[in-house]
Amino acid sequence: MLLLDTFVLALKNIWSNKMRTILTMLGIIIGVTAVIVIVGLGNGMTESVRQSFSAMGINSMSVSIWGRNSSRNASVDYMYGVVEDNPHYLRSISPYLQLTGGTVKEGRETYRYTGVYGVNEDYTDMANYTIADGRGLQYMDVKENRYVCVIGDYLAREAFNGNAVGEDIKVGPYRFKIVGVLAAKGSDPELQEGGEDDRIYIPYTVAMKINKTNVVDSYTVIMADENVANQAKATIEEALFAIYQDEDTYYVYSMSELLEQMNQTISMVVMVLTLIAGISLLVGGIGIMNIMLVSVSERTREIGIRKAMGARERTILFQFVVEAGTTSALGGVLGILLGYGLSAAATAMVPMIMPGESVAISPGTNAVLVSFGISVGIGVVFGYLPARRAARLNPIEALRYE
Amino acid sequence: MSALIEFNEVCKFYHMGDTVVKALDHVTMRIEAGEFVAIVGQSGSGKSTCMNIIGCLDVPTAGTYKLKGRDVGKMRRNELAAVRNEMLGFVFQQYNLLPKLNLMGNVEVPLIYARVPRSQRRARAKAVLEQVGLGDKLRSKPNQLSGGQQQRVSIARALVRNPPLILADEPTGALDTHTGREVLAMLQELNRQGHTVILITHDNTIAMQAPRIIRLEDGRIVYDGDARSREAFVASPLFEAQMEEMQKMRAQEGGAG
Repeated sequence: MLLLDTFVLALKNIWSNKMRTILTMLGIIIGVTAVIVIVGLGNGMTESVRQSFSAMGINSMSVSIWGRNSSRNASVDYMYGVVEDNPHYLRSISPYLQLTGGTVKEGRETYRYTGVYGVNEDYTDMANYTIADGRGLQYMDVKENRYVCVIGDYLAREAFNGNAVGEDIKVGPYRFKIVGVLAAKGSDPELQEGGEDDRIYIPYTVAMKINKTNVVDSYTVIMADENVANQAKATIEEALFAIYQDEDTYYVYSMSELLEQMNQTISMVVMVLTLIAGISLLVGGIGIMNIMLVSVSERTREIGIRKAMGARERTILFQFVVEAGTTSALGGVLGILLGYGLSAAATAMVPMIMPGESVAISPGTNAVLVSFGISVGIGVVFGYLPARRAARLNPIEALRYE
Repeated sequence: MSALIEFNEVCKFYHMGDTVVKALDHVTMRIEAGEFVAIVGQSGSGKSTCMNIIGCLDVPTAGTYKLKGRDVGKMRRNELAAVRNEMLGFVFQQYNLLPKLNLMGNVEVPLIYARVPRSQRRARAKAVLEQVGLGDKLRSKPNQLSGGQQQRVSIARALVRNPPLILADEPTGALDTHTGREVLAMLQELNRQGHTVILITHDNTIAMQAPRIIRLEDGRIVYDGDARSREAFVASPLFEAQMEEMQKMRAQEGGAG
């Protein structure tokens, strides 16, 4: 009951000093707005990074082997065996050999950015491609070293006007028969060249032959679940160590590791920015302390009267702390609203400034609750000193105060 | 049998640099419940200090002050606050109303600190404001009222907890003679209803309305008795004339009665 009365009293006092209160709240408003926008930006960046990673396959790992052991090498069958033996951690594997030398040609045009890779029949599924036309690579293509390929959306449109299946394409001196076309991954056709939609996938056995090698030194592996990333990585590493007995002869690189690193970087940046914004909250808190000290000396007589009427020290203390807390809480609410407004505006502006990019700046409930809590806390902490001064006033002197 | 107010050798000393100011110097007095007492004295006589101690706003340096048998000097600050709330009603010279609150709000203040529920608070505040004749101005702000009306609000506020003791510090000091007389009549009426009233004043004409006068000089009681003695009052040429007039009036009253 006393709490409600005190709160109503605090609101009345705040209302009767509107201009002053708003100026006092400004520090808190700016600080909370900044925190909300920065956290929202961080969330948006994390989300957009996560999205672009999951398009690449967040649960994929790439394995590079450069060790050469005279007696033993990690054969393709050995690697297949590792995956088959560890179904809890690993789902599928494909060799991933980049074809060296040989430019892609169709008619008189050359496509210098087009990447040519030797893979197995599982690869296009593993990399989240879908077949738009024709068929994918098959086991028999790999086993029998057939000169066939599937091509990306970019090449199909640019070189064959969309009618690629059944045509031939030249890579250096070699001629491949196109058996399938992959659907586009990137949404913007202008940005496809040299990217994931500008690829030619051929059987890895053919790639080995063209590269004149008898070992596969690069694989793509899909883990069973992104939550077992560490175990999946360790499984591959153990298998490779068993053969090469040297940790420096291979490297396993997981996307989720990279994602984690990116997220750490983002949250570090967000944290630093939030700290900077927090300085504004500190300044706001000092402003509140200042105005509360003014308020206490202005209301010295009122405090004296209230004490004569039987107010306890704790009651007076409480009254001023609640008033300071209410002021900064109001600032916090205004800051949250303003922060949301700015976030929405920024979300709408990003595609205008950077076409093709979209970042959803959403601060989230946690940021709102935390910044509201912090602004109340600041009011209470910085209001405490003036409130204690008010509570300890000598009633006789306070009553005599002009 | 303990009196309402019992001062036993009460002292209040202040240190001003090297000198000690004896605001109250071994004051001993008893005030019974139901009395109407005027404490008079010139400024510096110690009457304000006396009022602060009676009002539990201050505690004695030495000696004991018992209010209804309880030793005020031994109380903690929270207990003093509770005593002020329950036992005392203050009426000040400058009214000391809270300017931002309306009359209801002002009169409610002591009830809030007594943790009286809102609905009861409203009812009680309204009742006392009606009692002092301001029942039609519950929502007005103090600055919309005349001085006399403001002093009535302050009396209503002093009454709202129905305390045994009303402490009035120069209650007529800021009012014209006529309004001052009204306020005084109101205090006398409260005394008839059973409240003990202590009036602090330097004004002899006001003091002479009280059946008992305690006169302070330099922190000591120099007179304690009824208003008939010249000793009771602070000397001044104007007062000599007033005194003579009053004695004539008394003589006439005696002749008539």
